[in-house]
Amino acid sequence: MTAASGLAVENTAKPPVFWAPLLRDAILAALVAVLLALPLVGLQTYDVGGGALGIRTHFDWVAWAGAAVFAGRFALRVLRQRYDARPMGETKHFAFLAVWAARQAVPLTLVGVAFAVMLPFLPFSSRYLVDLGTTVLIYVMLGWGLNVVVGLAGLLDLGYVAFYAVGAYTFALLARDLGFSFWEALPFSGLVAASFGVILGFPVLRLRGDYLAIVTLGFGEIIRIVLLNWASLTGGPNGISDIPRPSFFGLPFSRSAPEGVTTFHQFFGLEFSPEHRVVFLYFVILAMALVTNAFTLRIRKLPVGRAWEALREDELACRALGINPTTVKLSAFAIGAMFGGLAGCFFATRQGFISPESFTFIESATILAIVVLGGMGSQLGVVLAAILLVTLPEFGRAFAEFRMLIFGAAMVGVMVWRPRGLIAHRAPTLRLGLQPATR
Amino acid sequence: MTAVREPVPLLAVENLTMRFGGLVAVDDVSFTAYRDEITAIIGPNGAGKTTVFNCLTGFYRPSAGKLVMHKGGELLRLERIEGFRIARRAGIARTFQNIRLFAGMTVLENLMVAQHAPLMKASAISLAGLLALPRYRRAERAAIERGRHWLERTGLTEQADWLAAALPYGAQRRLEIARALCTGPTLLCLDEPAAGLNPRESHELNDLLRSVREEHGLSILLIEHDMGVVMGISDHIVVLDYGRKISDGSPEFVRNDQAVIAAYLGVDEEAVEEVEAEVQL
Repeated sequence: MTAASGLAVENTAKPPVFWAPLLRDAILAALVAVLLALPLVGLQTYDVGGGALGIRTHFDWVAWAGAAVFAGRFALRVLRQRYDARPMGETKHFAFLAVWAARQAVPLTLVGVAFAVMLPFLPFSSRYLVDLGTTVLIYVMLGWGLNVVVGLAGLLDLGYVAFYAVGAYTFALLARDLGFSFWEALPFSGLVAASFGVILGFPVLRLRGDYLAIVTLGFGEIIRIVLLNWASLTGGPNGISDIPRPSFFGLPFSRSAPEGVTTFHQFFGLEFSPEHRVVFLYFVILAMALVTNAFTLRIRKLPVGRAWEALREDELACRALGINPTTVKLSAFAIGAMFGGLAGCFFATRQGFISPESFTFIESATILAIVVLGGMGSQLGVVLAAILLVTLPEFGRAFAEFRMLIFGAAMVGVMVWRPRGLIAHRAPTLRLGLQPATR
Repeated sequence: MTAVREPVPLLAVENLTMRFGGLVAVDDVSFTAYRDEITAIIGPNGAGKTTVFNCLTGFYRPSAGKLVMHKGGELLRLERIEGFRIARRAGIARTFQNIRLFAGMTVLENLMVAQHAPLMKASAISLAGLLALPRYRRAERAAIERGRHWLERTGLTEQADWLAAALPYGAQRRLEIARALCTGPTLLCLDEPAAGLNPRESHELNDLLRSVREEHGLSILLIEHDMGVVMGISDHIVVLDYGRKISDGSPEFVRNDQAVIAAYLGVDEEAVEEVEAEVQL
């Protein structure tokens, strides 16, 4: 055999597997799993009777957890070494998905919008499904709003729910104290939330990354705690109830109306059905979300949008080019907050009742997860991630207590296979069109 | 001076001092850059060259001294202008020693960001832009044209839609210069533009800078280590060492200045001839 053919054989052979580090790694992972499982799985409280609690131990379960993690980790590493020599985090699985989605953006959008419009009228549709669709769309809108701040301007905001709360409470208070209807209050909700965005923006102008995240997290909590404690204005933990429902150009969706007011079903000569309002709410949020999307897509191609992205890439270079980082950041915070506020206004009218309970940190985390999972800056990714994050726990109901487990596994899966998000693809805002853009 | 014309001062640096705590990075430096000239600032590492640049472009506020820019008959005091406004008010554009491009954006987008201010004005705080009014569309087309012009001049037209990060090193340097030129500056400050370029690329850079100066009436302030570039294109050289100005004049003058040679060789002025004899210079 010549040297050349020997080399060729070398190249085609599978890379060797190094067992020792694999074993060490798997044992370490198993140890961590056992440590975690010991209090979480290994100890179980039960009622001994008379209100006292006893502790039951399940060390066999802990052992199983350890063994499962060991086997899983070991198998994963072996497969990785054998078939995929690339280091972790650089995986490009399903990259075709992102490229395909970017290329087919227009038809995909059309199909998606058409499906969303027809959803309430499809044969398998139900009140439950339309309600779920409404929830998904609220999160899509919030995701798109947060995408402006996080995805475009690169400002990590962990307190986005604050603007959602501000929008909701603005409407609730305007309705309770001044008798505003949903449509009258909607612009105010957006404006007030945008002002809060600017108020938050000022103190954090110099912060970036982790530091910014901590401050915004604090801001989110401040808003929630103020709402909780300022009982004379916000009703505290009791919240605000009897928030008016939206009307269809002045026609209310109620069974009967006071003298002189025509209801929706009377006007159109329909049998009264509570589903009319559900479907109407669905269309309202669909329209609001689509406006959000159109606005974001357009503003991205404007100087402001490009400045947001440039600021994310390099703030110093922006200054050297005469861009004022202050106004650019504040505008990103304001626009993002405005959409949060509009979504909050809708949330209030949909629920008819709001309390600080609805605006906890977990909401911020969910919205951020939607943006990150979808792929920072990707509008389509946000939709996919919102559908995934909202519907998965719902469909998981059949699995009872394993529901969150499935949810967690799905998140881990996405992060393993698509570490930069489902659709991590940035389309240029303009092209000279001489050569196709690389990557 | 090569030409007979009378040099017109453009930027006067007067007694500039920059202190960082106890460290004096720039110590009482004064020099003048003239209109339509290429002025080079040279000196060993740590001489304070980039600090001078950072003061000029508003990244640092000088501890003492005056920075006077002559612009359209007006005298602008740079140290009194807010950092990010200097680019627009005084017409000073700069590049960075370690390239600072908008890596995740395309080459053309980088050039569009550089034209933020005029585009922003045309878009009327985005309102005209959102509605795609003709006046915004005109401004956008003009911005793209200007971008295309500088892409052609820097030889990047083919790569216009590439991500800036995907460009090879030399092209990234050229893109940074093109981006600075897109702001339509009066004074272009280049911080080591030839660093990391091969001889052919730095030769092309020389040609580019020279032709840009002639065609666009641009003055250039240059920090450079590559003596081929410096001696080849500079009209006027300022030499810094340990934050002090040690020499100032034409390339011929500076080349033969004992103090400069001493600073570069790292010896006392008296020992220069000795060392030169040793290394057979």
